[in-house]
Amino acid sequence: MLKTEELQINIGPQHPSTHGVFRMLVTVDGETLVDLKPVFGYLHRNHEQLGEVNTYLQNMPFTDRLDYFNSMVNNHAYARTIETLAGVEVPERAQYIRVIMDELSRILNHATAMGFMLGDMGAWQTALLWGMREREKILDMFEYVSGARMMCNYCRFGGVVRDIDDWFITELKKLMQGLPHYFDDFEGLLLNSEILLARARNIGVLPKDLALAYSVTGPVLRGSGVAYDIRKAEPYAVYDRFKFKVPVGTVGDVYDRFLVRIAEMRESYKILEQALEQLPDATGGFINPKVKQQSLKAPAGEAYARVESPKGELGFYVVSDGTGSAYRYKVRAPSFINLSALADMCKGYTIADVVVILGSIDIVMGEVDR
Amino acid sequence: MSDLQTQMDLEQQGVLFTTINKLYNWGRRSSVWPMQFGLACCAIEMIAAAASRYDISRFGSELFRASPRQADVMIVAGTVTKKMVPQVVRLFNQMPEPRYVISMGACATSGGPFRDGYNVVRGVDLYVPVDVYIPGCPPRPEALLHSLMTLQAQIDVQALQQVRWYGDDEGVVNEFPIPVFGAEGLEVAGIPGTADPVGGTPRMAPFVSPALGGKGERDASTKALEGNQPKPMLRSGTVTIEEVGHGIAG
Ligand code: SF4
Repeated sequence: MLKTEELQINIGPQHPSTHGVFRMLVTVDGETLVDLKPVFGYLHRNHEQLGEVNTYLQNMPFTDRLDYFNSMVNNHAYARTIETLAGVEVPERAQYIRVIMDELSRILNHATAMGFMLGDMGAWQTALLWGMREREKILDMFEYVSGARMMCNYCRFGGVVRDIDDWFITELKKLMQGLPHYFDDFEGLLLNSEILLARARNIGVLPKDLALAYSVTGPVLRGSGVAYDIRKAEPYAVYDRFKFKVPVGTVGDVYDRFLVRIAEMRESYKILEQALEQLPDATGGFINPKVKQQSLKAPAGEAYARVESPKGELGFYVVSDGTGSAYRYKVRAPSFINLSALADMCKGYTIADVVVILGSIDIVMGEVDR
Repeated sequence: MSDLQTQMDLEQQGVLFTTINKLYNWGRRSSVWPMQFGLACCAIEMIAAAASRYDISRFGSELFRASPRQADVMIVAGTVTKKMVPQVVRLFNQMPEPRYVISMGACATSGGPFRDGYNVVRGVDLYVPVDVYIPGCPPRPEALLHSLMTLQAQIDVQALQQVRWYGDDEGVVNEFPIPVFGAEGLEVAGIPGTADPVGGTPRMAPFVSPALGGKGERDASTKALEGNQPKPMLRSGTVTIEEVGHGIAG
């Protein structure tokens, strides 16, 4: 019998397809992957430690920098945690504004993430540039309300920092008119492409039970056929007032995750439509005026709040000792936990599939390493 | 001066006239290829700058090279951590001259919002010489484009006779020391003690930008920094740790 030798290859931390500073030690036998060891920590920025030094409000901009594609969602999750901890009421209008921003983030995230994944497969540029185009439009909206493109720092305890006005709503409606075309175009671009099918179908299969065992969440879990979405399972903000579906895959391969994300963008669009329709007028205010933002003190205790971020369950766990800053601050980062399933998803496939599988998990290193 | 006058006179008469320096710099400034290398959030704005709306190719910099051997400029886009900085220096060492560094964003420039973190490098200029700094967190894509124009302006005034990678290269540093992670923090050869202690300020001075005539040496104020003592990170609240016996050994 032919005896082959295993070879160890190092991918990253500087590699165009590792989506940041992520390193993988892969062992291959020929082209086939035998083992994969992820190496983290190249972007460990001490979020949790700084979170214990900062006051509660000071920490809000740091949450922007966790998953830097979706700063709005991170703000929302963090604000919700502190609101739970300190028992703060949020006006209805603020809840709707947060939902609008979250769903815009979801579209933005999926558009760019799928662009990157297709780029890794070889559809270099077109899909990504289309995603970036939509992203720029959405970022303009974010910039209008918050003053920053990426790092919005928009939520406050008990609301949001600035109200949205008529101009925003008109522009948002204009933007939304273009979105269905983008979804159709994006689907039409590559959905049935021979190459995409060959490279995505039955690649990186994550079976249902394994996904659950790894506590994977988000589109990766739903791609494996589990209809679990925190917006449905534990409706926060005003998500119980909207009609939307939770798309699930069947096989749990790269292609399913890709389809789930496209379907989710369409669902987000539906939520946006309903949210704009139901948006209460400004009489209720957009922020709870009773909260002292800068000197907020939470009673001793602990709180965990979670939201469905575009990448999965994003949760913040904060322990308070009654002072103005957290005693312990922990981030449950969806990308990190989803990434832990990478080795099992990759084993048995070829080394070229690794970057595609990694792209289909959709990681952001700022959140993985924290 | 008279050279320039003659040149302008001739150009008015339709005679295109140039100098070797001008032609050489024109060629270099129009094709500054960056390394495809993103560290953190700022890298996303770098990608945005490369996408259609901002279109970095107007400046000849659209070819992001995955290999340092083909790159002219390293855009340090993001937070440099102590685990990552040896790789950053190694990549810079692998780049061929002439090479430039753009420090994009607050993190790469000074540590930014994470400056107080125990694992964050307080400025990439402590390890490699930086030519252009961009403020911002993250800088807008326009700011990145502006930094490219600044870099081009710096290239324009370089003269073949004086650049540090041709001719007399005495005293020119080409290999920058790769820091190693010691017991208490980052250590760099030639710097006494831990070069970048956890807490406190780094005990080294930044490199002088080659655009300012630096040959890869540190700012002369290194000595003054030697006395810096690491100071422990303070928690906000007062925490007393209570030792609790578990009675393991009976
Ligand atoms: S400067 Fe700001 S945006 Fe850039 S890497 Fe640092 S934290 Fe992120």
